[in-house]
Amino acid sequence: MELLFKLFSMAVFASTLRIATPLILASLGGCMSERSGVINIGLEGMMLMGAFTAVVGSFYLGPWPGLILGILAGGMMGLLHAFMSVTLGANQVISSTAINIMAVGLPNILIPVIWPGHYGISPTVGVIKDINIPFISSIPVIGKVLGHQNPIVYVALILVPVISYLLFKTRIGLRIRSVGEHPRAADTLGINVYKMRYIAVTMSGLLAGLGGAFLSICYQSQFSSVMTAGRGFIGLAAMIFGRWTPKGAMLACLLFGFADAFQAGAQSAGVPIPPEILLAFPYVLTLVALVGLLGKTAVSPAANGKPYLKG
Amino acid sequence: MAAIIRMENIIKTFPGVLANDKVSLEVEKGEIHCLLGENGAGKSTLMNILYGLTSCDSGEIYIKDQLVEFSGPRDAIASGIGMVHQHFMLIPVFTVMENLILGNEPVKGLKIDKIKSEKILADISGKYGMEMNLHAYVKDISVGMQQRVEILKLLYRGADIMIFDEPTAILTPQEILELYKVMESLRQRGKTIIFITHKLKEVMEISDRVTVLRDGRVINKIKTESTNTRELAKMMVGREVLFSTRRPEKRAGAEVLRVEDLYAKDKRGQKGLKGLCLNVKAGEIVGIAGVDGNGQSELVEVLTGLRRTDSGSIKIEDREMAHRNAGRFLAAGTAHIPDDRLLRGLILDFPLYENMLLGFQDQKPFTKGIFIDFNKVRQWSKGLVEAFDVRVPNVNVQAGSLSGGNQQKAVLAREFARDPKLLIASQPTRGLDVGAIEFVHERIMQARQNGKAVLLVSLDLSEIMNLSDRILVIYEGKIIAEFMADEAADTEIGFMMAGGGKK
Ligand SMILES: Nc1ncnc2c1ncn2[C@@H]1O[C@H](COP(=O)(O)OP(=O)(O)OP(=O)(O)O)[C@@H](O)[C@H]1O
Ligand SMILES: [Mg+2]
Repeated sequence: MELLFKLFSMAVFASTLRIATPLILASLGGCMSERSGVINIGLEGMMLMGAFTAVVGSFYLGPWPGLILGILAGGMMGLLHAFMSVTLGANQVISSTAINIMAVGLPNILIPVIWPGHYGISPTVGVIKDINIPFISSIPVIGKVLGHQNPIVYVALILVPVISYLLFKTRIGLRIRSVGEHPRAADTLGINVYKMRYIAVTMSGLLAGLGGAFLSICYQSQFSSVMTAGRGFIGLAAMIFGRWTPKGAMLACLLFGFADAFQAGAQSAGVPIPPEILLAFPYVLTLVALVGLLGKTAVSPAANGKPYLKG
Repeated sequence: MAAIIRMENIIKTFPGVLANDKVSLEVEKGEIHCLLGENGAGKSTLMNILYGLTSCDSGEIYIKDQLVEFSGPRDAIASGIGMVHQHFMLIPVFTVMENLILGNEPVKGLKIDKIKSEKILADISGKYGMEMNLHAYVKDISVGMQQRVEILKLLYRGADIMIFDEPTAILTPQEILELYKVMESLRQRGKTIIFITHKLKEVMEISDRVTVLRDGRVINKIKTESTNTRELAKMMVGREVLFSTRRPEKRAGAEVLRVEDLYAKDKRGQKGLKGLCLNVKAGEIVGIAGVDGNGQSELVEVLTGLRRTDSGSIKIEDREMAHRNAGRFLAAGTAHIPDDRLLRGLILDFPLYENMLLGFQDQKPFTKGIFIDFNKVRQWSKGLVEAFDVRVPNVNVQAGSLSGGNQQKAVLAREFARDPKLLIASQPTRGLDVGAIEFVHERIMQARQNGKAVLLVSLDLSEIMNLSDRILVIYEGKIIAEFMADEAADTEIGFMMAGGGKK
């Protein structure tokens, strides 16, 4: 009984949010890009570059400038993906895989240059600290979960409705979705397909960059070249699970975050299950959710993955 | 009267094709101007150039006596030009309203102003008598309605020059009449219309003047009142065209297809076929007449293994075929000319020769162990393309780059090549020019002479009457009347098509 109590404690929910934050940011990036018709499996690499640049920025200039630089680095990677896949019309899966490969290699080369004697892992740097929001933390129950968190956690939660609004209520959102569904139709109406895709893919990179920066200078305080650990891909899976909508994707991320927090709680509470099985739990849950609930109902944007060539 | 559009000496080449060869076109304000020409004559290309979608190699365009140079549709729209494309440019998962306002969205702050959009659109559609549900998804509305959306799109953008690229090819006779009304009301309000069609009757009925294209060149410009269908047909294809096919005496042979008490759902999950019975014998053409949406497409899909049967039996030469898949139907000797060539007939991104291979991919002589002998496939495709007069530079071009009519001919060539026992032809001449229609009708007749069983589904009653030995009328998922060819009068069939016999 006491064990159960511990496992479903408010602390587990608070840590759910922290774990879900980078996933939410990645999945939002996925929604942006794929709604415009550009597959982005490069989210992982974009996050990694964001994480790395944020640490470098924090080392030289402090955590907040580091955060900005991390976001911009993600954006640059997005721009690169857009250039390869939209302008050059390259296969989008290959182009974004190139980004993933590059993002593993580049920091490994630069770390020993910036910090002599360090390989693969940076020294610890200054972080963006959690904040206390008195107004929320005084509310019972919810206060324990939401009252004391990292600022980026709040930013991610706010970005979900913001991106959703952008995609589904605004002019640019309608246009982005139109080029993801039927670029030629959009073209006949005078919409610049390339411009829309550039905007969407670059924003996707900015969001992933923010997710990466959160990992390296909020969640942890240093960079390591394996630190994203598949989060970009999980974000992508969450996006599919959420049927390319920000809100649905967020729910999927929270589910995964909860599973992860739950297994960590279970481990520390000494539940008699081998840790290997506990560790696998969130991934298995994601798989089951993806396969079981998704079925054939997931409909991706019709032109997703197809380069547009003008006639 | 001054010309509102003048296109002069337009030249456009695609790799291996001279699509427009010094074409000049003059259209006067307020007229309905018909652009007529064979499949692949260059009509769509010329219009795409006028709309800024395609650039021309050389030539000049004057709109209202101003020399213009369009770098994209946006410029053309700004000059008051709008186009309804041969293949619709609509986004199925968007609502009617979203499709209409896209690219020109009224906003309030950051948000799209739905209330204002709705008001503007309701005004326009009311003014031209084209009311429709703005909140329905485009994928859920009929083809006729989708076309209205396309026309409203132009009106919403304030177009006063409207290009309709084969708007009637996919419409039912009723919908065509509706379209005429709309076009008439557009003309009364001073709009100029360029109208592409292959149906000469339509040219005579609605247009003021005609420009005829052949092989990318202008053959003639003429006032409609001073010509007739026979003359137009001759200008178009360069020879006399017979408008009816000779039907030699022929005794029907053994039964090839027998359908009994067939039930199936339509794509919305409602009852589509409700106890349908029919049979087709060798050496016989059976025509299915009916108003669109009475179960024709479901029937064709069930008979080709593309739709699940709920109950009933389908026998091809005494073999029970219900619940079999499309491959089994092919193997049993069925060929299928689908009514939607883009959806079911071709893979647009594949080269033509791979498209011709579809359904033959596991057959000799194209297989070589586990490999496909593509040289053979190319050679064979070349033969088919020549036999069916598909106008392409070579068989390596993407199927999507063919003109609409040539795509249709490619599908026909492949399906006839199966040498089937049973040919199921759904709208086989959709989008074809008069010369090509004549050719296809002859081929179908020839199949009958060779003892094939043919089931012909068409919305064009004259096509059915022209070819069929027996005519079955389909209404609400059932066959409700049967006529022998010589005893059929079109008024009587029309009466039955409207469900007349039921009451
Ligand atoms: N994008 C393209 N690439 C290569 N060839 C093309 C392309 N578009 C058109 N063509 C070729 O140009 C010629 C003219 O085509 P177009 O579509 O203008 O014919 P059309 O008169 O509209 O015929 P239809 O009545 O069959 O629609 C055809 O031979 C076609 O194969
Ligand atoms: Mg055409």
